[in-house]
This record gives sequence, C-alpha cells and structure tokens, in this order.
Amino acid sequence: MTAMAQHGEHDDQEGVVLTQEQKRRRRARSIAIALALAALVVLFYALTIVKVGLHPIKPP
Amino acid sequence: MSLLTEGAELARPAGTGARAEPSIASVGDYIALLKPRVMSLVVFTALVGMVVAPGHLNPVVGFISLLCIAIGAGAAGALNMWYDADVDAVMARTSARPIPAGHITRGEALGFGMTLAVGSVAMLGLAANWLAAGLLAFTIFFYVAIYTMWLKRATPQNIVIGGAAGAFPPMVGWAATTGGIGVESILLFLIIFFWTPPHFWALSLWRSDDYARAGIPMLPVVSGPAETRRQILIYSLVLAPLGVLPWLIGYAGVLYGATALVGGAGMIALAIRVKRESGLTGAKQLFGFSILYLFVLFAMLFADDRLAHLLGWTV
Repeated sequence: MTAMAQHGEHDDQEGVVLTQEQKRRRRARSIAIALALAALVVLFYALTIVKVGLHPIKPP
Repeated sequence: MSLLTEGAELARPAGTGARAEPSIASVGDYIALLKPRVMSLVVFTALVGMVVAPGHLNPVVGFISLLCIAIGAGAAGALNMWYDADVDAVMARTSARPIPAGHITRGEALGFGMTLAVGSVAMLGLAANWLAAGLLAFTIFFYVAIYTMWLKRATPQNIVIGGAAGAFPPMVGWAATTGGIGVESILLFLIIFFWTPPHFWALSLWRSDDYARAGIPMLPVVSGPAETRRQILIYSLVLAPLGVLPWLIGYAGVLYGATALVGGAGMIALAIRVKRESGLTGAKQLFGFSILYLFVLFAMLFADDRLAHLLGWTV
C-alpha cells in the first residue's frame, strides 16, 4: 500500500477522498463511540435507580 | 506553535502535504493509549482496597467506581503518551505506540485523555463520593504533571517519587467505600510505593541504552548499574518488612502474613543476586517476580478478608 493510498488522496475539486481502509476504521470508531454512549446511558440509569433506592424520597 | 498543531505535525507521516490527513486510527489504537496492562494492575489493587475497606459499598456503585478508576488510569496513560511522544519515538520499547507509529495525532490523544480524565473523576464523585474523586483527580495530575512532565526528564529519582501515582489506586478504592483515608490504606500505598523502585530499576538495567538514547535520566544511565543494583537491594529491604506489616498490626490474617514473609524473602534473595552478579539474568527474574509478588500479596489480602467474612473471623 503506498503512502498516498494509506492516507487518502487529495483532490482540490472533491476534497479528501477516503480509502476503503480509512472508511472501515472510521466506521469502527463510530460504532465504538455509539457503544460507549449507550453504556454511559445504562450506567447513569443504574446509578440513579441505586441512589434513589438508597435514599428514597419521602412524601411530606 | 500550539500543542495541538505541534502534535499534528509530529504525527503526520513524512512526505505528506500541509493539509491534515484523515485519521487512520483504529479502535485498538485508542485502547492502546489507555495502557491496558498498567490499567489491569491499577484495577486489581483498587478493587482490593475497595473490598478490604470496612463498610459496605453497593455492588452497582462499586462496579461504577472501579470502572471510573480504570478509565482515570487509562486517561493518565493517554496523557502520558501525548506528552512523551518524542521520547517514545526513539525508544525501542515504545516506538510502536499509536502516536510515534503515526496512527493517532498528539492532539487527538490529548483530547481523548482529557475527556476521559474529567469524565471519570466527575462520574466517581457522583457515584461514590468526592473524596475518592478528588484522590483520582490528584492521581491523574500527579502521573501526568509531576511524573511525566517534570520528574521523568529531570531526575534519576523520577520513578521513586513518581511511583506515588501508581500507589494511590488502593487508597482511591478505600475512599470510595469508606469516604475516608485509613491507616491501612496508607499502608497499602506504602507497599506499592516501595515496590516501584526495585520493579522499574530492574527493568531499566537492561533497557538503559533505550533510556540514554531518549535522554531520560534513569538511575542506571546517571549513576551506573552498580549504584542501581545497590538501590534495588535497599528498597527491597524496606519493602519486605512493609509487606508483612498489615499482618503484624492485625489488619490481615495468617494467609496474608505467610505470603508476605515468603514473597518478601524472595524479593530480597533476588535483589541480593542482582547486586552480586554483573549480568542481567537476575534483573529480569526480579522484574518478573516483583509483578507476581505484588499481585499475590494483594490477592491474599483479598482472600484473607473474604475468608474472614465467610467464617465470621476478625483478623
């Protein structure tokens, strides 16, 4: 793989054209970010349930 | 030149144009930034600190706290790689890391590390308590600012003082459970603190050429192998009795005490061998044994505590 092919090609009209490898890695990074965000949602939900369970709100 | 543009320059492969290239970083590169092997020891010692501390921690809160400590440690690793990219590039042991390999720019590593650092500290504060979060923040600060940015390139005592960063995790775990800092957690801190010099200096004995090439004033580079071997023995002689202390003060049981005695004797025996020989076999054995020693010591502390709870003993 040449250095140009590895790092994408520049075209002044079209901008940067990603190689297949760059597209594959970008997709993998996007999936990882999505999974991390989903995990964060689950963690915050679980933490909220536990905290509310530990210190229940008492009616006046 | 800002740190971000400087980082982009450093990571850009030679021969490419002035325009920033699209990232070729894989998910694995970002995981490598977290130094997973270092992280595993941090998680383990923090878990032990968390479990053996008096009091009860909700399992969900405990899991989240441990995750925060792991991510905080990973953030410190990423920030270390951000700052040390120039040094990493010239050392054989670290030249394949994501930044010197050109997979991730320094700016990306800085952003990744800072995001994880702030996120992990905030989450630990919300999940457990703000003392634990403060200790985690201080640990990250100590590793990045005090060790990486200052001591590492300034003094042969770098890993002695900098070792404190690696010694804090059990204290963070302890604080997550109790909301305080006990004498016992300070003892766990001291064990790791005095374990670090013989562990790292054993490694540096056969990596001294690497450190010299990078301009890092490790003890073998500055004072020579003979002085390093002497210092390894001195720190091992301090470490061995320190390791037994939790048992002697009645904080740990016989299982731990026996392990600490045998392990400490092993550390001293290997340190004496390192001191006497001129080759590197003893140093490599000491390096490997030191990892085993710390792991088994903390595992026994964990086992002792669980056994005591199971059988209703008080140690």
